[in-house]
Amino acid sequence: MYKIESKNVDFYYGPSQALKNINIAIRSNTVTALIGPSGCGKSTYLRLFNRMNDLIDDIKISGQVMIDGEDIYGKGINVDSLRKNVGMVFQKPNPFPKTIFENVAYGLRVNGIKDKKFIEERVETSIKQVVLWDEVKDKLKKSAFELSGGQQQRLCIARALAIQPSVILMDEPTSALDPISTAKVEELIYELKAKYTIVIVTHNMQQAGRVSDRTAFFYLGELVEYDETKKLFTNPKQERTQNYITGRFG
Amino acid sequence: MLSSSITSLTVVLIVVFLFKEGIGLFNQKPVEPGYVIAINKNNKVKELSSVQLKNIYDQKITHWSEVGGTHDSIVLFQLEDISNYYSDEQIGDNMQNLGSCMSRLVDSLPNIIAFFPDKYLDKKFQGTLLEVDKVTLHDFFAGKEWIPTAKPSAQLGVLPLILGTLWVSLGAILLALPLGLAAAVYMSEIANERVRRIMKPLIELLAGIPSVVYGFFGLVIIVPLIQKTFDLPVGETGLAGSIVLGIMALPTIITISEDAMRNTPRAMKEASLALGASRWQTIYKVIIPYSISGISAGAILGIGRAIGETMAVLMVTGNAAVIPHSILAPVRTIPATIAAELGETSNGGLHYKALFALGCILFLITLFINLTVEFISNRQKHNKH
Amino acid sequence: MINEIKITKRKKRNQAIAFWIFRLLSYSIVAILFIILSFIVYKGASVINWGFITKMPEEGMTKGGIYPAIIGTLCLVAGSMVFAFPVGVLAAIYMNEYVKDGIIKKIIKQMTNNLAGIPSIVFGLFGMSLFVNKLHFGDSILAGSLTLGLLALPVVIRTTEEALKAVDNTFRQASLGLGASKWQTTSKVVLPIAFPNIITGLILSIGRVSGETAPILFTVAAYFLPKLPTSIFDQAMALPYHLYVISTSGTNIEESRPIAYGTALVLIIIVLIANLLANGLRKYFGKKVKMN
Repeated sequence: MYKIESKNVDFYYGPSQALKNINIAIRSNTVTALIGPSGCGKSTYLRLFNRMNDLIDDIKISGQVMIDGEDIYGKGINVDSLRKNVGMVFQKPNPFPKTIFENVAYGLRVNGIKDKKFIEERVETSIKQVVLWDEVKDKLKKSAFELSGGQQQRLCIARALAIQPSVILMDEPTSALDPISTAKVEELIYELKAKYTIVIVTHNMQQAGRVSDRTAFFYLGELVEYDETKKLFTNPKQERTQNYITGRFG
Repeated sequence: MLSSSITSLTVVLIVVFLFKEGIGLFNQKPVEPGYVIAINKNNKVKELSSVQLKNIYDQKITHWSEVGGTHDSIVLFQLEDISNYYSDEQIGDNMQNLGSCMSRLVDSLPNIIAFFPDKYLDKKFQGTLLEVDKVTLHDFFAGKEWIPTAKPSAQLGVLPLILGTLWVSLGAILLALPLGLAAAVYMSEIANERVRRIMKPLIELLAGIPSVVYGFFGLVIIVPLIQKTFDLPVGETGLAGSIVLGIMALPTIITISEDAMRNTPRAMKEASLALGASRWQTIYKVIIPYSISGISAGAILGIGRAIGETMAVLMVTGNAAVIPHSILAPVRTIPATIAAELGETSNGGLHYKALFALGCILFLITLFINLTVEFISNRQKHNKH
Repeated sequence: MINEIKITKRKKRNQAIAFWIFRLLSYSIVAILFIILSFIVYKGASVINWGFITKMPEEGMTKGGIYPAIIGTLCLVAGSMVFAFPVGVLAAIYMNEYVKDGIIKKIIKQMTNNLAGIPSIVFGLFGMSLFVNKLHFGDSILAGSLTLGLLALPVVIRTTEEALKAVDNTFRQASLGLGASKWQTTSKVVLPIAFPNIITGLILSIGRVSGETAPILFTVAAYFLPKLPTSIFDQAMALPYHLYVISTSGTNIEESRPIAYGTALVLIIIVLIANLLANGLRKYFGKKVKMN
């Protein structure tokens, strides 16, 4: 059984169609990269999985998006619980104006967990998971803004891990980072694969090649090609994919 | 070039003119010019403060011993009292003998204190002319009474006015802040675009209504309502002022805090929602803390508006210059005092200068508020990058 | 799992309660506005007729109209705008188009902000001491207009600046790129694009100026003057002052109440028109500019 499955998904912002009949199936414990030029719909598609697009007025969606076999746009779905299960990491590091500790504890607190000891343990394991513990263990009470960009982004990943999601969505997580921080995050993605299902949007094709198992290429709201990463990059079936990965447009 | 510095020039001119007149106050004696205060030459007292003088004439001080003299009781004298001592014939038809009458009177009564125009000061006058201290900063700021027309010595204590201003403004902000914040949150985070598009111009309209119309509304609706509700002799109270000012401060608070909240980065809100927080949790755990400096700037500016507001307050607070003890008592604010009294003063006189000094205080308060807001918003910008 | 459902439920409930309270409080503000407006409209509408706005006050201002007050306010608005509008717009142009970012700009900005924050009664004091006494204009339309003009200055400057800022830089670059001078660029390209927003600012400051009372108390306003001003050195009646006087210290407060309601309504109508006009213009030109 697939972890995530989208069937015949159409998506509209007002009158304009942003996604056209997208069918993708994603297995557990894999990394899937979504690539394509700006405005191709890859971010919009990613944001369907935790219903982040709901915040925008005047949108319409048809088709099915299933996580663990359940239609997340179906009736009786609790969006808050869905989002608890589907973590997200954003383009720019976006820690809250709180302490480092409180940033990671945030997801636990808003989900009603009050047990202090439990929270402390969970914060520690999450920060350790992103290999940030040694750098921040002495300044947990300091503002998260005091960290460097790369540290902030790893903190944001720890924040997402703390509520133990099964899926993690990453929306160009390294686009605001320097090469060294980028390498750290990529390494982290590779390690996290053991526990989570990861979907990552990226502009950077080398990155897609390095971290992902499968890659989906989007163009003008259409899914052009979806295949194993190696195959897609070395031997694409579609000409448009070929043109894109060889840098002829985009 | 000139036009761009016109605002700076205006501010400087305002400062110069206000402070020139205002500071002039402290060079003056609180006794009306052209008047003297005389006592018997054997009286040991040589100097009286303005407050002592007033208390003597209010008969709160009745013995010389209380101001450093003998144990005798004080005999008060004002010019109208002259007929108790001398007949019209003795004074003369054209008061030509008044001067010598005054001399004899002060000489003959050891415990007299006499307040009269210096033109009736006889050449042969033997008594002591009392020195009255100039108005001091201490009298001005710590004085508990504001009676600028008091005779023989004007009482220029601004404490009741400052407290009255703060009292009414504080009340206003206590009423306006919860309401304004709620509206700001509602408009920026809860309401949909359509509702927001309707509410925004309404708030602007609320800001556009002239203060005198608010005052009028307060006078005909809120004042009688308060009078009836609390069964008071008059409805013109600090509470009425606070309510009217609260309504008037709403647009400032709403607009500024709404702006601040809307400036919260989208990614910040999304991060919170993506962690399973509800919209409400996101509002109070992320958006409000993030925009807290903007919100406090709004609140402070709202207070500033309330402190400087004149007409509405003048019309509904009853204008009693006493230190307020209850929100249901009449109070008087600094701007209202200026507006109510400036018309009655003589240009350049003591009272006139005192009102300019009030203007200085007001100017300084609002300047302080502006700079605070500037400081807060600068720090906010600094924090975010 | 059951625990989680409970928590979700509580989250939902808390949110519903909070949103409900916020909605209620927000609507209550709208309600306050409507109470004020409808009360004054209700009481004032029966008073306003042609005679009310074209007749002199009669019988100690308990009868008759408010014609001289309307004319006085018009004079003051015109006078203050003749001063504030050109000066303010020039100042904003200079600031936005010519002065480079730096300490001077910062100081000017700060001063403009400070000026905007000064209470109107302080303007009144200042106007009295400078224009009325020092420059010997006396209580006059000139003194009042200048005082009000100074008060309106920051409003004009700010709105103009915002209007100029809203003009996309590409327009400037395009014009400069064609060899136009800075001033040509500003006057032929930037100003026409910013014009609608500048006018909006002008209208809003007219609304503000027409309702101000404190600055005119000691610089121009006459309690009762059953004739029209003939020169800028005359005193004049003005609507807001008129409302203040007849509602607090007129000869017969009770009997002049209807006049007070009428005056308040006229004031509100002026502000309302200014606001609607400004909003309308904003929308109208907003679309037009986009279409271009």
